[in-house]
Amino acid sequence: MKYYSEAHEWIKVEDDEAIIGISEYAAEELGDITYVELPIEEDDVVVGDTLGVIESVKAASDVYSPIGGTITEVNADLEENPGLVNESAEGNGWICKLNNIDVSELDGLMTPDAYVKYLKSLA
Amino acid sequence: MPYIANTQEDQQAMFEAIACTDFADMWRKSQVVVPEPPLTSIPEGMSEFEVISKLRKLAAKNATELHTFIGAGYYDHIIPAAVSEITGRSEFYTAYTPYQPEASQGTLQAIYEYQSMICRLTGMPVSNASLYDGGTALFEAMMLAVRATRRRQVIVSEAVSPIFRKMLHTYSSNLNIELIQIPAGIDDSSKEELLNAVSDKTACVIVQYPNFFGTIEAWEDFNEQVHAKKALAICSTYPTSLALLTPPGELGFDIVTAEGQSLGNSLNFGGPYLGIMAVTTKLMRKMPGRVCGRTVDSDGKDGFVLTLQTREQHIRREGAMSNICSNESLCALNALVYMACMGKQGFIQVAELCASKAAYARELLLAIDGVEAVGGEAFFNEFVVQLPCDAAEVVGKLIDKGFAAGFPLGRYYPDRKNQLLVAVTEKRTKEEIKALATALEAVL
Repeated sequence: MKYYSEAHEWIKVEDDEAIIGISEYAAEELGDITYVELPIEEDDVVVGDTLGVIESVKAASDVYSPIGGTITEVNADLEENPGLVNESAEGNGWICKLNNIDVSELDGLMTPDAYVKYLKSLA
Repeated sequence: MPYIANTQEDQQAMFEAIACTDFADMWRKSQVVVPEPPLTSIPEGMSEFEVISKLRKLAAKNATELHTFIGAGYYDHIIPAAVSEITGRSEFYTAYTPYQPEASQGTLQAIYEYQSMICRLTGMPVSNASLYDGGTALFEAMMLAVRATRRRQVIVSEAVSPIFRKMLHTYSSNLNIELIQIPAGIDDSSKEELLNAVSDKTACVIVQYPNFFGTIEAWEDFNEQVHAKKALAICSTYPTSLALLTPPGELGFDIVTAEGQSLGNSLNFGGPYLGIMAVTTKLMRKMPGRVCGRTVDSDGKDGFVLTLQTREQHIRREGAMSNICSNESLCALNALVYMACMGKQGFIQVAELCASKAAYARELLLAIDGVEAVGGEAFFNEFVVQLPCDAAEVVGKLIDKGFAAGFPLGRYYPDRKNQLLVAVTEKRTKEEIKALATALEAVL
């Protein structure tokens, strides 16, 4: 199941692992992404912690964790090719994976439908 | 230079705004416990004529005619007249932070060229636009290592400038950083002890090259071992020496800092000086300070802009890499113009003169009865000699004879009371060196 945060991160939970990235909307808003500062594997994070920073030609934005847990893997492809986030923000442009998660923390997040409505409310 | 006036009308308006009648009333209402400062002890104003003659008298107390053999991190080099002629141009001299690319191509190009020269000099791939001085640059290097490794222990050799170590201590004393200082010998920064101190908590090891006592040490294997423990290797260096020495970038250092005064900046009682910082590509996004980059404009012409600004305070606010965002542009410009004036060959010649004159001076001083060698011959332009008595007293006696004979080590190293650190630059003549030896012999 996929969820979105108000800060435009997406999170997909499969079994007990979560995968996190920024939404296509966010990637579009940021413009050409030039650098992604990735989180560090084995770090523990709680909801709202900074996972990393996305730099684009327009801005530098923190990426906040929509869930708590332990970082198990980061998308090392982004080091060489940060533009992957523009090409495929919700696919190959994922940022990191976490385990040790508590799915009840997803309750405060939006479903894809709710996120589309949320985006409309921003327009 | 205009100044901000504080007229009685201004004062009255300010007092009214805070509902006070006068200074005493404000003091009372602010309820501070210290008594009102006795403003009467501040002297009355003076006329321009009186001020000038008072300042002239003070300036006359400066010992400007001494033959100086003091180094200890700051060196008396020749500065070609062309340097101040160029850097004194009003376009460079009076403009404050002119960073808009559409208006400031000259300044930005100068910064870019400064960075390029620093990269060539240090053998590092990335330099920033400069920091305040050698000590703050070293502090910023330490903080960079703390950010990059997310560790909070720092190991510093005592063969690093005691002035810089004091600054590291002052800056970090409230930052939850564990600063471990390792005693060092003249010839040896105690590499084994430094490495033994490195743990999985260690962010970096800080050394000096050449070390504070002037000795040139080999660092390649050492840095490999530091890296094996996932810590960073930092060195503070002396730019002029790099004309002859293997650049620190080729020795495996991750961060190189330096006091840049020796590059075309006068000795000014402590400043303004020039903080040099260069880092590996891997660390560039965590580096503090401004960076100028070269690019092309819409017509394909070369142009210069500030780059990697997302590390900086005006973009990232509390997430910035440093809260010291100023650079020392004018001092960096001095360094740039100095290096350009000297050229590669001239710069190497300066360094060769420094080294050979220092070797000559050491030979003469060691020929004096009671003066002994401390440390070997692997020095650049600075070396330590052992005197038969308190080195600070000897320096005092030699001041009366017109010599600033060196830096008495006892001031920072209590067990080195009789040791004198002597520096020789290209500016000292053979006659001056001989005269120093004669004068030293006479006072011992």
